Formats: sequence, structure tokens, C-alpha cells
Amino acid sequence: MGSATSEAALRPRAGSLPAPKLVAWLICAGPMVWLGYAVAVEIRAPGSLLGADPGEAVVLYLGEWGIRMLLLALAITPLRRRLAWPALARWRRLTGLFAFSYLALHLLAYLWFLAGFDWRAIVEDLTERAYITVGAAGLLALLPLALTSTRGWQRRLGRRWRKLHRLVFAAAGLGLLHLLWLTKDGYGEVLAYGAVYLLLMGERLDHWRRTHA
Amino acid sequence: MPRFKVPAIPSSEITSESAFVSRRRFVGAAMALPLAGAAARALAGDTWTGPDGEALTPEAIVTGYNNFYEFGLDKTDPAEYAHEMTVDPWRVEVSGECARPGDYAYEDVIKGLTVEDRVYRFRCVEAWSMVVPWQGISLADVLARFEPTGDARFVEFTTLHRPAEMRGQRSVFSSIDWPYVEGLRLDEAMHPLTIMAVGVYGRDLPNQNGAPWRLVVPWKYGFKSIKSVVKIRFTRRQPRNTWNLTAPDEYGFFANVNPQVDHPRWSQATERRLPSTLFSPNRRDTLMFNGYGEQVASLYAGMDLRRHF
Repeated sequence: MGSATSEAALRPRAGSLPAPKLVAWLICAGPMVWLGYAVAVEIRAPGSLLGADPGEAVVLYLGEWGIRMLLLALAITPLRRRLAWPALARWRRLTGLFAFSYLALHLLAYLWFLAGFDWRAIVEDLTERAYITVGAAGLLALLPLALTSTRGWQRRLGRRWRKLHRLVFAAAGLGLLHLLWLTKDGYGEVLAYGAVYLLLMGERLDHWRRTHA
Repeated sequence: MPRFKVPAIPSSEITSESAFVSRRRFVGAAMALPLAGAAARALAGDTWTGPDGEALTPEAIVTGYNNFYEFGLDKTDPAEYAHEMTVDPWRVEVSGECARPGDYAYEDVIKGLTVEDRVYRFRCVEAWSMVVPWQGISLADVLARFEPTGDARFVEFTTLHRPAEMRGQRSVFSSIDWPYVEGLRLDEAMHPLTIMAVGVYGRDLPNQNGAPWRLVVPWKYGFKSIKSVVKIRFTRRQPRNTWNLTAPDEYGFFANVNPQVDHPRWSQATERRLPSTLFSPNRRDTLMFNGYGEQVASLYAGMDLRRHF
């Protein structure tokens, strides 16, 4: 199905998902709720849910879910097009903002639990360790997107808004590079995420070629 | 064979003699009678003290938080899956530059050797650390049995390779070329601090910690302390070691704990001493040679430790 037909499909589908808003929120917020619970338990009974090295566990968990949410956000538009399911577009902002939230917390957890707010060590990490540099760059690229995610900014920026928000493609690429470079062994996970990313970017390239033919 | 002077271990670094002697007896008994382990433990009580009064890492963490990639990448994987490994019978193949090479039964290799308590700091290259009460035998005593020749300058160790029982060795996404190998210079191997651990916390060594015996070199990063050893080879030339083969710019042959030489991906200046909690991470400065410099620094006199990391 080409994009030419998707214009006709823009009408909302009758009988979409049951309580879709609830489902979307559960998917996006679920992992964060679990982490909140685990941290609460950890404070009362150290070492129970987050293991022997909970600081590292929290940082890895947030990074992991940040990448998953980012891929989910990137999947919205291709899925909307390919499934001719226009209602999906509503969840692009929600998933994107959740991805940003997970990754911002990932950064905060790193600064707090791993770096202990030791700014000299943090600057050294940023300047000398390439995986931290690219991870920070990716998160930095997401910041203006989060700030301009409101309808007001969308209107104000007009055409430029779409251009600006293409930064998310670079941010996700940097995030995956960050993961690849910090992986010691066991490349299955980063390969799986990389494959999803390439698939989603491939769909966009394909769409662009069709519409610019 | 080179001679070694007995290191001056500060009294704070070792267990009191009476506790040591009584426990040694029980651990020895535990090794002879498989059922005696729990009893020995109950009798010995919690009398181990950490070096410089540092607190011991709880047994649940020592035996539940492990890097043993042969059983998976998560720290909890070894405790979950290492029971799949058969450790009895266990054979040890000895080869290379020695007068008594051969294929030995593990029991014969350790028979008659003294099991001692050694409470050591254990510093992982990943910047976390523990304090562990090992029971072990001197590696020098073990190696002497095989009568290394004058040509033996290094010792290479190999971990069991048995994919049917070690699920990590079956992983298609691993970049490690199994089996795991490690090596020491002969003088490092013969150093009195270097042991083959056969127990921890007064029990036989659990599989996830490298049963039935594993190397412990307390002044080096943990990955040097190879687990579940099945081969010992004396060599003239420096052997390769698994992590150095996997990522040569990140892991060296010597791998001495050194706060001044960072891992390319993180600082080695500090460590998180386990147990670590979220809001009191128990971070402490990493010590040169993991605090054993007085005993081992002379082994590396004149060496550029930045180059030989």
C-alpha cells in the first residue's frame, strides 16, 4: 500500500483500541512505575530488588528503556503509514516525551549514583570516553525536541518544526552507538535494536523516495 | 626455582591464629567429608576480619553477584545456571616446561596441601569490589608438585570448556573465543599471596565462584583470577589471556589494580565496595596493587605500568 492511498485513510477508524489512552500510558509508564517501586523497596531493604550494585542497575535499566521508548516513538509514523492507522499519530508526542524522560533520568542516575556528582570525573568522562560523549550528544539533541513538543511551538515553528524534529533520527543513532561502545560482550541486544532502527529508517527512506519520485 | 621472601602482611590483614587454625582444621575436614561443610561453618562462626578492618562482603553477594560469562552475562546468571556444571569428577591436565606433566585427578593434585584462610580484597575491572574470606592453597605449593624446569617463565591456566553444561559458551552473540584462558608470570604465580581457592566463607567453593578450584591473585583485576581450572601449562613465552584477545586496548596481560591507569571506558580511581546501596554507594579510593603494594610492588620494579597495564 502506497502513501497515495493513505490520504484517504486519514479518517479515524471505527472501533479502535479499547481505552487506547490507558493502554499507551501503561506501556510507556509501566517500566517507570516498576522502577519507582523497586527503588522504594531498595531504600527499605537494600539489595533485594536491584541487586548488589543498585546504582549501576538503575542506570542500565533507565538507559535500556530509554532506547526502547525512542525506538517506539520512531515506529509510530512508519506504523501509521503502513497500517493505514492514522489514530496512531496521537501517540507520537507521548512516546517521544517518555523516551526523553527515561533518558533524562538515565543521565541523572549516572550523575548521582555512578559519578557521585564528582564534576571533575564527569568532565573527564565526557571528554575522554567516546561512548559517554556520544550518549550525551544524543540526549542533548533530544532536548530542543522535548522543549518544542507542544502544539504552540509546533504552530510557531511551522515548517521548521518538522525539520528540527528530524534530529531524533540522529539522537537515536547516537544512542545506539553509545550502547554498542559500552557493550563488553553479548552483542545480541544491540544488534536487535540496531535492526529495528535500520528497519524504521529504511521505511522512511522508502517513503521519501516514493513521494519524491 | 626462584626463592621468595615471605611478605610482611600486616597483622590487620590476617585472621587471628586460633581462629585460623581451628577453621583450617574444619575446612580440611569439610573437604574430606562432603557433608561436613555446614557443620564446619557453624562451628567456625563469623570470625573472619577484613583487611584493615574493612567489612566483609556478605556471603549472599559473594556467591550471588558474579562475572562468569560461561553461564551468561548478567551478574545473577552464574548463581542461576552454574549448577549445570559437573565438578566431580574433575581432572587437571598439566603440560609444558615441567618434569611431571600429566593428566591428574583433581583430588591428587591438592592432596596433602594446607588449606589456609585468606581474607582478600577483590577488585573487578568494572570498578566494583568486595572483601572475600577465601579458603585456599598456595599456588606455589601446587606448581612445585609438577617441578617446573628452568625454562618455565610463565604459567597458563584454562577454564573448563563444556558448552553442554555452560550455556554462555553456546551463545552465538558472544565475541569470546572459548575456553577462557589466563596467565601469570612464574614469579607472580609463585608469590605467597597467590592462591588456588577451594572454598569461600567456610564452604566448598560454589560452582558460580569457580568450583572446584579457582585462582585468586588479589592485587590484580578480578578477570585474572580464572575459575574452574582444568589445564595448567608452563611456558617460555607470555601466554595470551582471553580479555586481552577480546579487546587488546582495554585489557592487558598484567592487569594490576592501578588507580592511575584508567580503563579506556571508565576511571579506575575509585570503586564501589559491595554491598553498595543507592544513596550510600560505598565509594572508596582504589589502592595501588589493591592495597598489596608492600608485598608485590617489587615484582614490577622498573616496569612502565602504564604501558604494561
